[in-house]
Amino acid sequence: MQLSRDELLHAYRQMRTIRAFEDRVHEEFSAGNIPGFVHLYAGEEASAVGFCMHLGDRDHIASTHRGHGHCIAKGCDVRAMMAEIFGKKEGLCGGKGGSMHIADLEKGMMGANGIVGGGPPLVCGAALTAKTLGTGGVAIAFVGDGGSNQGTTLESYNLAKIWNLPAIFVIEDNGYAESTASSWAVAGSQVGRAAGFGMPAHEVDGHDFFAVHAVAREVIERARQGGGPSLVHVRFTRYYGHFEGDAMTYRGKDEVPRIAAERDCLKLFRQRVIEAALLEPAELDRIDREVAQLIDRATVEAKAAPMPSEADLLTDVYVSYH
Amino acid sequence: MPKKTYRQAINEALRQEMERDPRVILMGEDVAGGMGSPGEDDAWGGPLGVTKGLMPRFGRERVLDTPISESAFIGAAVGAAATGLRPVAELMFVDFFGVCFDQIFNQAAKFRYMFGGKAVTPVVIRTMYGAGFRAASQHSQCLYPIFTHIPGLKVALPSNAYEAKGLLIQAIRDDDPVIFFEHKAMYDEEADVPDDPYTIPFGEANVTREGEDVTVIAMGRMVNFANQVADKLAKEKIGVTVVDIRTTSPLDTETILETASETGRVVVVDEAHPRCSMASDIAALVAQERFADLKAPVKMVTAPHAPVPFSPALEDLYIPSPAKIEAAVREVLAFKG
Ligand SMILES: Cc1ncc(C[n+]2csc(CCOP(=O)(O)OP(=O)(O)O)c2C)c(N)n1
Ligand SMILES: [Mg+2]
Repeated sequence: MQLSRDELLHAYRQMRTIRAFEDRVHEEFSAGNIPGFVHLYAGEEASAVGFCMHLGDRDHIASTHRGHGHCIAKGCDVRAMMAEIFGKKEGLCGGKGGSMHIADLEKGMMGANGIVGGGPPLVCGAALTAKTLGTGGVAIAFVGDGGSNQGTTLESYNLAKIWNLPAIFVIEDNGYAESTASSWAVAGSQVGRAAGFGMPAHEVDGHDFFAVHAVAREVIERARQGGGPSLVHVRFTRYYGHFEGDAMTYRGKDEVPRIAAERDCLKLFRQRVIEAALLEPAELDRIDREVAQLIDRATVEAKAAPMPSEADLLTDVYVSYH
Repeated sequence: MPKKTYRQAINEALRQEMERDPRVILMGEDVAGGMGSPGEDDAWGGPLGVTKGLMPRFGRERVLDTPISESAFIGAAVGAAATGLRPVAELMFVDFFGVCFDQIFNQAAKFRYMFGGKAVTPVVIRTMYGAGFRAASQHSQCLYPIFTHIPGLKVALPSNAYEAKGLLIQAIRDDDPVIFFEHKAMYDEEADVPDDPYTIPFGEANVTREGEDVTVIAMGRMVNFANQVADKLAKEKIGVTVVDIRTTSPLDTETILETASETGRVVVVDEAHPRCSMASDIAALVAQERFADLKAPVKMVTAPHAPVPFSPALEDLYIPSPAKIEAAVREVLAFKG
C-alpha cells in the first residue's frame, strides 16, 4: 500500500462525502423536496475516488446520468452541487442542469449526461486536446455496463486506439442497466472487447478502493506517458434504485443488504486501514462527523436559496447571437 | 363508456393489435424488464409502466428487451418491418433520437421512394416527449417538427387517452413508418375509451370546441390547454374554435384553413421551439392560403428558442401555458388593423 496518511484521509473523506451526499439526496427526494430524475451513486464510491485521486485540474472526466460521485471526486463544490439539485440559482449550473447535467468545466468535470453513451466520444475529444496542446493531461470516461453497449462507446475505443489518445474507459458495472442484468445484456466481456481493439484492460473489484486505486494509477500513468488508451472493468453494486422511485422488484432478495454488510467500500476501507494501523478509528469518526455537518449545511442552504428568475430563462443559450 | 388513462389506452391498443396480428412485436429498453435479473420478470413494463403485462401475455419472443443500443435495435425494427414483421419499437425519450436517427430518416423514411415504390416499412416508433417533468434539457424536448420535416415519415401526437388508442391502432395497421409521440405528463390523464379496437384515420383533424371569434390550432398536450381556455372564455361569451391536428404529417390543411377562414383570427399553439415548428408551418399556411380572410396577424404560442431548463421555477415559465394561450387569444381579438 503506497498511500500516504494524507492520501488515505482524503480518500476516506471523499468516499464518505459521496455516500452522505447521496443518502441525503435520497431522503430529500423521498420527502418530495427534489424534483425530476435522480440517479444515486451510493455503493460505487471507490471507483470515482480511486480514479480521480490521480487526477488534477488539467485532466478531464465525463460522467453518466449517475454523476454526483464523479463530481465530488473531481473536486466540485458540494454546496453548489446540492443547490443545483434543488434547482437554485446559486447551483453549480445556475439551476438549469439539475442532477442529470451537473458539471464544472473549471474542475475538468465535463458533466453528468442524460444520454447513455454520450461521454466516451467527448472524452476522446478532451484527450485529443491534451495530446495536441501537450498538457500532459488525460481524460476518463465513466460508462455504465449498459452504456458499454452503445455504439458511441465502441466507436470511441477504436478512435482512441488509432489516435493513441490519453483516454481511459472505466466501465462501471453495477450489475444492471435499469432493470436489465449486465450478465444478459453484455455479449462477450468488457476486457475481451478492449482486447479486440488492442487496448490493455483490467477487471477490478469496485468494492475495494485499494484495488481500484492501484489499477487506476497504472492506466493513468500509461496514458500520461503516451502509451495510449486503456479500459478498466469495475464491478460493484448500486444501493438505491435505478432512479429515485424505482421499486427494484427485479433485484434478488437481500441482494443489497448482504453486499452493504459484507462488501461496502467504506467498511472495507476502514477495516483495512485500522487493521494495518495506518489510521485511528477516531480520525475516521471525526471525518464522518465533519462530512455529516457539511452535507447538512449544504442541504439547509440549498433549500433556503432563491430560485432563478424569469431573467435567467433565455440567458446562456449562446455565447453571442448575432 | 369506460374511463381509461392514456397509459392504459396505449397498453390496450398494443395488446389488441398483438392479439389480432402475430406479426406485431414490441421491442425496447426494459419494455418488459428484469431480463437476466434475479428478481421479478416484467419488472418495469417500460420506465413508466406503459407496456406492463404485455410480456407475460405474449412471451419474450414478441416482447423483446434490448440493450442500450438504439442504432441497432431501432434499425432492427426498421429492417424487420421491411421484411415482414410489424414492429412497435420504443425509443424511450425522443431526445435519444440523436443516437439512431440515421435508421429512421435515411433508412425507414426513404425505402419506398428510393426503391421505386417496392418497399413497405410498417414500423411504429413510440416515444415520450414534452416538458413539465423537471427532466431537464435532454429528457423534455418535443422534436416532432424534425420528424415532420422528413418526407416518408408519418407523425402522430395523441391529445388524450381516446385519441391515443385510436391513433396507435391506426399507426400499427398503417403500412408507412409512423413516429408516435406520447406526452409524458399525460399518462395518468383519463378519458372515455371504448373497449373494442377502433382506428382514427391520419390527416383528419378533430374540432374539439366550436366558436365564432377565434380559431386555436393545437396538437398533443396543448390541445387540452386550448380547450381549457375555450371553456373559460365561453363564459365571457368569447367563442373559440379549437382544432386538434392529431397528426403533423399528414396534415389536415383543409380543416385548418376552413376553421381559420370562419373566424379570421388564428392562434397556433405548439409546445416545441418556435423556429421551423408546427406553429410557424401552420401560420405560414394560413397566411399564404387565407390572407384575405384574416382579420388579425396569426399569433404563435410556443416554447422559447432555448433548451428546456431543469429548475421548476424556469420550466414553468418555459412551457406554453393556458394563461399564455388566453393572452394570445385576447390579443388577436383586440387587433384592429
Ligand atoms: C441514449 C439513451 N438511451 C437510453 C437512456 C435511458 N437510460 C438512462 S440510464 C439507463 C441505464 C443505464 O445503465 P448503465 O449504463 O448500466 O448505468 P447505471 O444506471 O447502471 O449507472 C437507460 C437505459 C438514455 N438516457 N439515453
Ligand atoms: Mg449499470
